[in-house]
Amino acid sequence: MSLLNTQRLTAHYGDFQALFGVDIALNQGETIAIIGANGAGKTTLMRSLSGVLKNDPDMITLEGRRIGGMSADEVLPLGLAMVPEGRCLFPSLSVEENLLIGAYGRKVEGYWSLATIYDLFPILAERRNNPGTALSGGQQQMVAIGRALMSNPKVLLCDEISLGLAPVVIKDIYAAVPKIQESGASLIVVEQDIGQAMKVADRVYCMMEGQVTLEGTPDNLSRDDIHAAYFGVSA
Amino acid sequence: MIWVDTLTQGILLGGLYALFAAGLSLVFGIMRLVNLAHGDFIVMAAYLILLLVTLLGLSPFLAAAIAAPLMYGVGWGLQKHLLNRTLGNDILPPLLVTFGLSIALQNALLEAFSADSQRLPTGAISTASIDMGGLTLGVLPLLTFGSAVAVIVGLNQLFYRTELGRAFRATSDDATTASLMGIRPSNIFAKATAIAMLVVTLAALYLGMRSNFDPSIGPARLIYAFQAVIIGGLGSLWGTLVGGIIIGLAQTVGAAINPEWQILAGHVAFLIVLMLRPRGLFPRAVD
Repeated sequence: MSLLNTQRLTAHYGDFQALFGVDIALNQGETIAIIGANGAGKTTLMRSLSGVLKNDPDMITLEGRRIGGMSADEVLPLGLAMVPEGRCLFPSLSVEENLLIGAYGRKVEGYWSLATIYDLFPILAERRNNPGTALSGGQQQMVAIGRALMSNPKVLLCDEISLGLAPVVIKDIYAAVPKIQESGASLIVVEQDIGQAMKVADRVYCMMEGQVTLEGTPDNLSRDDIHAAYFGVSA
Repeated sequence: MIWVDTLTQGILLGGLYALFAAGLSLVFGIMRLVNLAHGDFIVMAAYLILLLVTLLGLSPFLAAAIAAPLMYGVGWGLQKHLLNRTLGNDILPPLLVTFGLSIALQNALLEAFSADSQRLPTGAISTASIDMGGLTLGVLPLLTFGSAVAVIVGLNQLFYRTELGRAFRATSDDATTASLMGIRPSNIFAKATAIAMLVVTLAALYLGMRSNFDPSIGPARLIYAFQAVIIGGLGSLWGTLVGGIIIGLAQTVGAAINPEWQILAGHVAFLIVLMLRPRGLFPRAVD
């Protein structure tokens, strides 16, 4: 059985339906990438998985447990953490406080702690007392990733972690992904940068208009397949 | 020398106003909620202390120590089950609900305790004083001021040195992202209002020992508290202490010039600060 599953997942914002029966599966130790154009439903999928959007309980299972109806603060202790789109650091908190709040109210056993996060991103140790929002975009992204890792999640959701960053900075951020994988976490990476997604993922799902239009491994997906699934037209 | 005495009394009175205001400032700072029933909760706590004093024959200080956890529970339940439902993008619902609560509380207190003016029995402490080189300071005002400073220091420590304080600040910044950290915003807000009610109990203790109270005086206490919070800059705790002192000083100096000017002078000082610094003296950098 997979670690995390969705079954015919639907999601609504009021009357507007954003997801139409999405099925994805994440296996233990695996990294999957979700790609798709703006408005394809990627972020809505992340918000549903993390509990920010509530769904039908049966639609999402984590280790066989039905978590679809849970709120974000109930989902996190079960081992699912998210790096939200746009980083969303807390402006009133310093870098170190932003990291510490990722492990709020819990003593969590596992590889990740302040020390190992500072090993992963040494620049954060130098900036630990700065306000989180005083950092550059790339450094803020490092804080957001570190903050999510502090809860030692089984599943880490990364929503558009390359958005708005310079290519050289994106390279730095993605250099951390193998270390995160080694720590035992399984990853779901939402990306608009298809090249980057293909490099880190074991499997790729392509979404369009709230549905999964393509699934496969980076090796067996052709450029034309992706183009068709991404835009809904053949190249 | 009379002026030095007047100024000192004004500063010490500011301590009482800062106590009125600290709870208001805490709640506003965390959830942008203005509790219009804040003054009435101070009066309610004063009656609760009076009840414990009369029924059990306790000293007001001991009675306040018993009332504090009860008020903590009242604050927790109030926020969790009523005020949390009013929070959202619209600022009107919390104002309307707490305004209604204020009227309901005043009438409930009137029904239960009548309109008669009450006072907490103080014993020797109300007349005790310390002589400091010609300047005579009352023990009770000193104790009030010391408690206000202790409350501000304590709340600051809580805010900036503890895990709960981090959660307060994070939830205040962005409740949705805070929930992704495993924080339940509704519980954090409930704890904040509960802690504010502890401060309210302390304010009620000194209010009841210093002056008479009856069910109708809550709104005026709210105005002093609100003025102190606005002068200090919304959400700044040290600013709230400074705001309380400014109101206290203005009232005492006003009263020294002409006893009829006491309350007016406080309001005028408030308006002057508002004209010169519309965001208060120590506005928070992030709003």
